[in-house]
Amino acid sequence: MSVAAMAVEPAGPKPGKLTAGRIGIYAFLVVSALFFLLPLAVMILTSMKPMDEIHNGNIFALPQHPTFDYWVKAWSSACTGRDCYGLSPGFFNSVKITVLAVPASIALAMINGYALCFWRYRGSEFLFTVLVFGAFVPYQVLVYPIIYALSRVGLFGTLPGIVIVHTIFGMPILTLIFRNFFASLPVELFKAARVDGAGFWGIFVRIMLPMSLPITVVAVILQVTGIWNDFLFGLVFAGHDNLPMTVQLNNIVRTSTGTVEYSTNMAATILTGLVPLVVYFVSGKWFVRGIAAGAVKG
Amino acid sequence: MPMGVTNSSVIVREVSLNFGAVEVLKSLNLDVRKGEFIVLLGPSGCGKSTLLNCIAGLLDVSGGQIFIEGRNVTWEEPKDRGIAMVFQSYALYPQMTVEGNLSFGLKNARLPRDEIDRRVKRASEILQIEPLLKRKPAALSGGQRQRVAIGRALVRDVDVFLFDEPLSNLDAKLRNELRVEIKRLHQRLANTMIYVTHDQIEAMTLADRIAVMRGGIIQQLDAPHAIYARPVNRFVAGFIGAPGMNFIDGTIGEAGGKPVFRAGDARIDLSRYSFEGRPEAGRKAVFGVRPEHVATGEAASAMPFSAEASVEIVEPMGSDTLAWTSLGGQNLSMRADSEKAPRPGDRIRIGFDPGRASIFDAGTDMRL
Amino acid sequence: MAAKPRGSLLTSAIVQDAGIAEGRLQSRARRRRQLGKLPSIIGTLPMIVVAVGVFVIGLSFTVVLSFTSSKLFPTFNFVGWYQYERLWATARWVESVKHIWFYGAGQIGLSLVLGFLLAVFMDQRIRGEDTFRTIFLYPFALSAIITGLVWQLMLDPIWGLQAAVRSWGWTDFKFAPLASGETALIGMIVASTWNGVGVTMAILLAGLRGVDSEIWNATRVDGIPRWRTYLWIVLPMMRGTVATAVILLLVGVVRTFDIVIAMTGGGPGISTQMPATYVIDSINARNVGHGMAAATCMLLPILALILLQVAFRARANRRATAR
Repeated sequence: MSVAAMAVEPAGPKPGKLTAGRIGIYAFLVVSALFFLLPLAVMILTSMKPMDEIHNGNIFALPQHPTFDYWVKAWSSACTGRDCYGLSPGFFNSVKITVLAVPASIALAMINGYALCFWRYRGSEFLFTVLVFGAFVPYQVLVYPIIYALSRVGLFGTLPGIVIVHTIFGMPILTLIFRNFFASLPVELFKAARVDGAGFWGIFVRIMLPMSLPITVVAVILQVTGIWNDFLFGLVFAGHDNLPMTVQLNNIVRTSTGTVEYSTNMAATILTGLVPLVVYFVSGKWFVRGIAAGAVKG
Repeated sequence: MPMGVTNSSVIVREVSLNFGAVEVLKSLNLDVRKGEFIVLLGPSGCGKSTLLNCIAGLLDVSGGQIFIEGRNVTWEEPKDRGIAMVFQSYALYPQMTVEGNLSFGLKNARLPRDEIDRRVKRASEILQIEPLLKRKPAALSGGQRQRVAIGRALVRDVDVFLFDEPLSNLDAKLRNELRVEIKRLHQRLANTMIYVTHDQIEAMTLADRIAVMRGGIIQQLDAPHAIYARPVNRFVAGFIGAPGMNFIDGTIGEAGGKPVFRAGDARIDLSRYSFEGRPEAGRKAVFGVRPEHVATGEAASAMPFSAEASVEIVEPMGSDTLAWTSLGGQNLSMRADSEKAPRPGDRIRIGFDPGRASIFDAGTDMRL
Repeated sequence: MAAKPRGSLLTSAIVQDAGIAEGRLQSRARRRRQLGKLPSIIGTLPMIVVAVGVFVIGLSFTVVLSFTSSKLFPTFNFVGWYQYERLWATARWVESVKHIWFYGAGQIGLSLVLGFLLAVFMDQRIRGEDTFRTIFLYPFALSAIITGLVWQLMLDPIWGLQAAVRSWGWTDFKFAPLASGETALIGMIVASTWNGVGVTMAILLAGLRGVDSEIWNATRVDGIPRWRTYLWIVLPMMRGTVATAVILLLVGVVRTFDIVIAMTGGGPGISTQMPATYVIDSINARNVGHGMAAATCMLLPILALILLQVAFRARANRRATAR
């Protein structure tokens, strides 16, 4: 018998899963992950370094004397133009705007989706098409007419004003999501309720609303993230007293007296991004589902 | 290790497959001869498709070996095993024409242009798909698509063909047509063919041998008529043959030196039955007789065993009618010609030959 | 002979009577049905207001004003094509248009390629898939402002990547696109891709997973290598998914505003001006008519795309019914 015949006879599962190809896959993914994580690392590291360390070192160096002073400064005393109250007023403004705009936009969109599914009337589909078309229109095209309309009713630069704006621009996608969701429910539920004598609002409140919890969670995630991260509408419509955190952040960074304070800027950046990041990490799979729901067009 | 000339085309040796803690295949052994058409038959979840995928190399075995044409292919990729496969959902490449589908694999293997053309031409002639060569799969009917799928396997010029429930997606009429085509194909090409199905009619008509599987184990590996006439256990007996075999619970006894079967007030003389071994008296058993073997009327009186029975229910099925009576207090169905079918309430004479029956142990379900 | 017409007259009279009653019943039922829809109409009033009031009337308002000489407040002093002529004579605007085409092509192209690569690699049954997905998607949770600010720092020639890599020994390393007008857009493309490619990847991955798994078995038996299968077989099967991804990217590109403000403020010079910033700047500069002309120009490509899509769908419908 030759030596080759004495070699291992193949039996059972294939050996050596770790081929060059496999290593390459993980290598690519790890390098990509680094690309994605790097800015976050820079943000965190820079925000904890005193200015002299930044000047003397590079952005990837670990802080020698890590400090949260700049976080405090960004929160309470950084200058956003004339005022120097830090980000905290912006935070509370963002909270106010989000807390008001999210339920408003979701409630209206839910009613729209419900009506478009079960209570169609002449022209409702056409109106819906116009609405969806509106989702594609760049905001800047509609900015001025809305400015004009709001100022005519005295709501320009006020909290209700910006809530209305968020409701308007959130309506197309949210209505689409809710409509698709209600369309996926068995229509027998609706028919049975009608036979029982319930009307438009009755069926909505007692049957559809309780059933729409999963999609509502998705919508809430989408809206909270979208509204909190918004900049343009906050800049134009919120008014000086209600500027959201993102606008304040930009102001802090733009307001540099002399040298740029990277530590404070990065600290401010982290603070502004904290809320949506927390929502993201807590919601996990729901976030992905939200993207899929928003992305799946009819 | 197989040495020298062998008649085996595919050998499966002690193959097991585990998905986590679940044992899907348990130490299977199978020896497929050259040019044989073997069918893996069984209900859903019995492991037949899994076994086929292991032979193909699409699944990695947890233990055991697989040999194809004398080579140990246990660790080989599917493309190196000398096999071709036809899938249940055809799996045609949607963006390519039929011609593209047939030649894609060959082009990838860098075969010379004229060789590719020759093989594509030959395959499309055999399967009569020449007029379809420029069409895309979306423009084909189900039967045409399946032919193209078989064509894609044909151009590979291999010794072993694997079929994974290829006719299950077709309607009944198409299924019958293509079944005949596949049989003709096998007669023409004489390749080894391993065919998976849950349809026993396909198995019976196509196979040289059938491997009836259940729970990851081959229950019986035999020629179709042997499986029909002498099923090795109760499961195989019930699985093959439609309408299904009648099963009557009772006990084996002795009467005058001869073995008998007792159920209720019925007594069946078993001297014509060929036992595997000698069961002792008092053994609980199940008596199995097929509806088509139960005769009625005058033919019944001529049978070794006959009895009076009253018809309870009648199920007309077109050319045949299934009539239900009881024997020994349990249901017994029989096939009758619809022209002369009995009616509910009729008292008729029924009879059968115990020699053609099957008796199983009540506990182990094995043939006695 | 005479009996028949009378009989038929009677029957026709009965039929007529029944017809009238039937008609009255039907119209009453129709009215009830329409009245039943009243709560629905009331409930969707906001949608009606938004669809008609904002998207139709508001849009028309913008277009109409583009033909006027409005400064800060809308006037209806029509000046024909004046604003448009001035628009296309302004370097800042013409450059903005060039920029958004370059930026759009770059961002969409890069996102599709990188997104597809990431999706393919994620599809390889790797361990820690969830962890990787979390890492690839988290930038999307961050606002464009944050993205712009962080990347502005990272791409800074003195404080950012370039300086860091140089300090590690590669003294010739150059990666500070924001410093030069010619490369600033590239820096923006990198930043916004970082922000959004996770979504593209998620969409393409979902599309990949929707492909019939038996196709993979067929290619394995045929001996087609994996990368070829992805490129020549699976990708063409994912046309719808890719279209969805492209549309989403397109919508995002047209809206590009926040990231410009955060990263470059439109500079250096006017090298990263975008139509969106131009419109806002015009409004702030009390040149509303001019800004509306710019806004209308932004709208036109979108309109063209929608009309194309409608035409496409109509043609597909015609083909489907013809068969």
